Amino acid sequence: MQRFTRLFNELDQTTKTNQKVEALVDYFQDASEKDKIWTIALLSGKRPPRSVNTNFLRAWAAEVGEIPDWLFEESYHVVGDLAETISLIFPQSQQTVNRSLTYWINFLKDLKTADEVEKKKQVIGAWLQMAPYERFVFNKLITGGFRVGVSQKLMVRALSRHTGIEENKLAHKLMGNWQPENIDFQEFFFSDNPEEDLSKPYPFYLAYALDGEASELGDPSLWLAERKWDGIRGQVIVRDQKLYVWSRGEELVTEKFPEFGILKDKLPDGTVIDGEILAFKEGKPLSFNHLQTRIGRKNVSGKVLRNAPVVLMAYDIMEARGKDIRNLPLMDRRDKLEALVYEANCRDVLRISEIIHGKDWDDLAHERKSSRKYNSEGLMLKKKDSTYKVGRKRGDWWKWKVDPMTIDAVMIYAMRGHGRRANLYTDYTFAVWDKDRLVPFTKAYSGLTDQEIREVDTFVKKNTIERFGPVRSVKPELVFEIAFEGINKSTRHKSGVALRFPRMHRWRKDKPASEANSLQDLYALLEP
Amino acid sequence: MPLLQFTDRGIYCKRAGIYIDPWKPVDKALITHGHADHARYGHGHYLCHHHSKPVLQLRLGTNIEIQTVTYHESINVNGVTISFHPAGHIIGSAQIRLEYKGCIWVVSGDYKIEDDGLSGAFEPVKCHYFITECTFGLPVYKWRPQKEVFDDINHWWQKNKEAGKTTVIIGYSLGKAQRIIQGLDTSIGPILTHGAVENINQALRNDGVSLNETIRVTADFNKNQLNGSIVVAPPSAAGTTWMKKFHPYSIGIASGWMGLRGARRRRSVDRGFVLSDHADWIGLNQAINESGAEYVIATHGYTNAFARWLNEKGIQAGVESTMFEGELSEINEGSGGKAVNDEVQN
Ligand SMILES: [Zn+2]
Ligand SMILES: [Zn+2]
Repeated sequence: MQRFTRLFNELDQTTKTNQKVEALVDYFQDASEKDKIWTIALLSGKRPPRSVNTNFLRAWAAEVGEIPDWLFEESYHVVGDLAETISLIFPQSQQTVNRSLTYWINFLKDLKTADEVEKKKQVIGAWLQMAPYERFVFNKLITGGFRVGVSQKLMVRALSRHTGIEENKLAHKLMGNWQPENIDFQEFFFSDNPEEDLSKPYPFYLAYALDGEASELGDPSLWLAERKWDGIRGQVIVRDQKLYVWSRGEELVTEKFPEFGILKDKLPDGTVIDGEILAFKEGKPLSFNHLQTRIGRKNVSGKVLRNAPVVLMAYDIMEARGKDIRNLPLMDRRDKLEALVYEANCRDVLRISEIIHGKDWDDLAHERKSSRKYNSEGLMLKKKDSTYKVGRKRGDWWKWKVDPMTIDAVMIYAMRGHGRRANLYTDYTFAVWDKDRLVPFTKAYSGLTDQEIREVDTFVKKNTIERFGPVRSVKPELVFEIAFEGINKSTRHKSGVALRFPRMHRWRKDKPASEANSLQDLYALLEP
Repeated sequence: MPLLQFTDRGIYCKRAGIYIDPWKPVDKALITHGHADHARYGHGHYLCHHHSKPVLQLRLGTNIEIQTVTYHESINVNGVTISFHPAGHIIGSAQIRLEYKGCIWVVSGDYKIEDDGLSGAFEPVKCHYFITECTFGLPVYKWRPQKEVFDDINHWWQKNKEAGKTTVIIGYSLGKAQRIIQGLDTSIGPILTHGAVENINQALRNDGVSLNETIRVTADFNKNQLNGSIVVAPPSAAGTTWMKKFHPYSIGIASGWMGLRGARRRRSVDRGFVLSDHADWIGLNQAINESGAEYVIATHGYTNAFARWLNEKGIQAGVESTMFEGELSEINEGSGGKAVNDEVQN
């Protein structure tokens, strides 16, 4: 697995996309076909199931390394990553053995059924054969926490260079329910299988957030505007009288939304619709919280179905009557979509995402302001003649989000970061005033520049009041403007509210703590 | 009263009337080594190893009152016998041994166990009280032999050269830079240096230290001079416009903090090489065992954890806070960008 480890390291250490692609192309050149398949699977998020409980792993590593538990904990706080801590704590190997990635994945699969004593023996035996960084990658595989900083898009680009197959075609092949165990590299990529898996979705076209003014997009009549719904992006497929629902994470979620079952009778075979799955009741979308209650559950109970029923808010169509129509202009696709939705006539589960009309950009900006009323995050702007593209592309589709809500808050706790920020205090807890008392209401850890993080880190280290493990309470002096996308009542939080996507918008160096906002200010932002 | 105490000025020996690495101005200072957090400005008299002198003069000015000793030479001050012993940290670095009426204290300063060929090999000194650093005092810090690290660095340099790129390696200008320069394979190409590094090189050469040949990058530096060279620069140079001269280049950092993936990624350099002038976990434990000390005092670094570890192993240990910048260097090293002071040791 040394070659794979090197790839992991190369991908991990660079942020430059070119270098990532180079590293992958090189790797594909060197690796065996079976290892290539597994690598593609891993980089597509198909991980082997977790075969050993992480508590065992840490206990075994500490035992062999002769490290007491508390020292393991201390080390873990500094390293910030369990798999890495284990790999470093473990004594250095005398002699490493280079086995293939496929070997170790099969090893892990066999391990799943072994008893605890056998698992311990096997895992320690494996660690002994590895160099620390290889051990780290191996641990990531065991714990099922394998993630690499490379997008599917880059992986596909490299694979395209390696195989000579077009990126679009590859992306499509790689979607869906394929199993790395049963695949032959040559056959999978080079034979045209007419019996392509019926469930296979299309890659989603993803929009970028608009960074400039909407008016810079030119003539507004060339653009279609609709609400940016705050749900789960979903793809509904009806083929051969079967229904498949995919989420954007390329997860087959058909079972989670039994409401959509009816669509296989209402939509013709060979239909693929793109839309937003929304919790929806009494003609109105519910907040994302409602949907969240359903996502985490294995079984969707009757109660959940009643409390948070879903609809598909349809906004595009990729396949009609069995034909891939992604290259038609948006307005033509939209015509077909509207006709289908109309004919299906089941508004309680399938709706069309309305076009928002405005005679000019000011009009649309006005509509955008009202987004929160519709539980939406802003507007989507789509070029009327745009084709349906693959992945995240600039130019034709834009997210035009509403400005976030903001509040000025005082930092009162800081916690060490994880992963690449393990040496710094990067995660903060913020409070607002309730009379003369500071009440914590949110955590936030993004939004500052590296320079600012270092400044805050220095402040934390110099102004610590108390330490609790990795957390320090600090003098309430620093004020930050916290931005967030939504706010809800919450009984689980001391402050009585929960924020959506809180982040640090600005460091208010100009404000003393006494001028931060109050709990009353925060309540005033709650939806009426 | 113990022979040494921790005061707000530094580690103090009342009997001899001297301080060791004091952080506020005092009359008499013994200096373990030339890093800025150990050798500060404003003392009346400095006493250090003779290889530390050129560095102190470079940093603090030639008008400081300075006296030097060699390793193992004994000085007697009011009944206290004082001697300097190799610490293996950087050129001229020393552990300072103080003995009074049979009771022996050793102040380690910063140290590493592996002999880097420049700093003198670390020498275990038997003592009753050992004041140790523990910058890397957690079991996740374990160094590979430097030979292997230099093989990696030279291989990377060679590869860059083949790809038509300049190689830039970042390391502290006093200590790390010279160690890197000595570890490079000069058959690959020329070694260029940043001014901060070259000033130290020059001071050391004037003092008789022999180093591989280096070329100072000056303001009128011409790109044609690059051909496959490696540039040795301090952390403060990373990310500045000074680097533009070397385009296209691949950049790496040599530091003990690079042992953690988080720190490597945070620095967002092309390569992180785990190379430190401090003892790793194994080295710290080895040094303490070999000192035979009955009582250990941990300063800068993961002091609490390390002292607890020692206590549980049956070695009495306590913690003292100092102004040595274990924590500060952690900030700079762990966080990328410009270091507050590129002399802060690592
Ligand atoms: Zn130090
Ligand atoms: Zn030092």
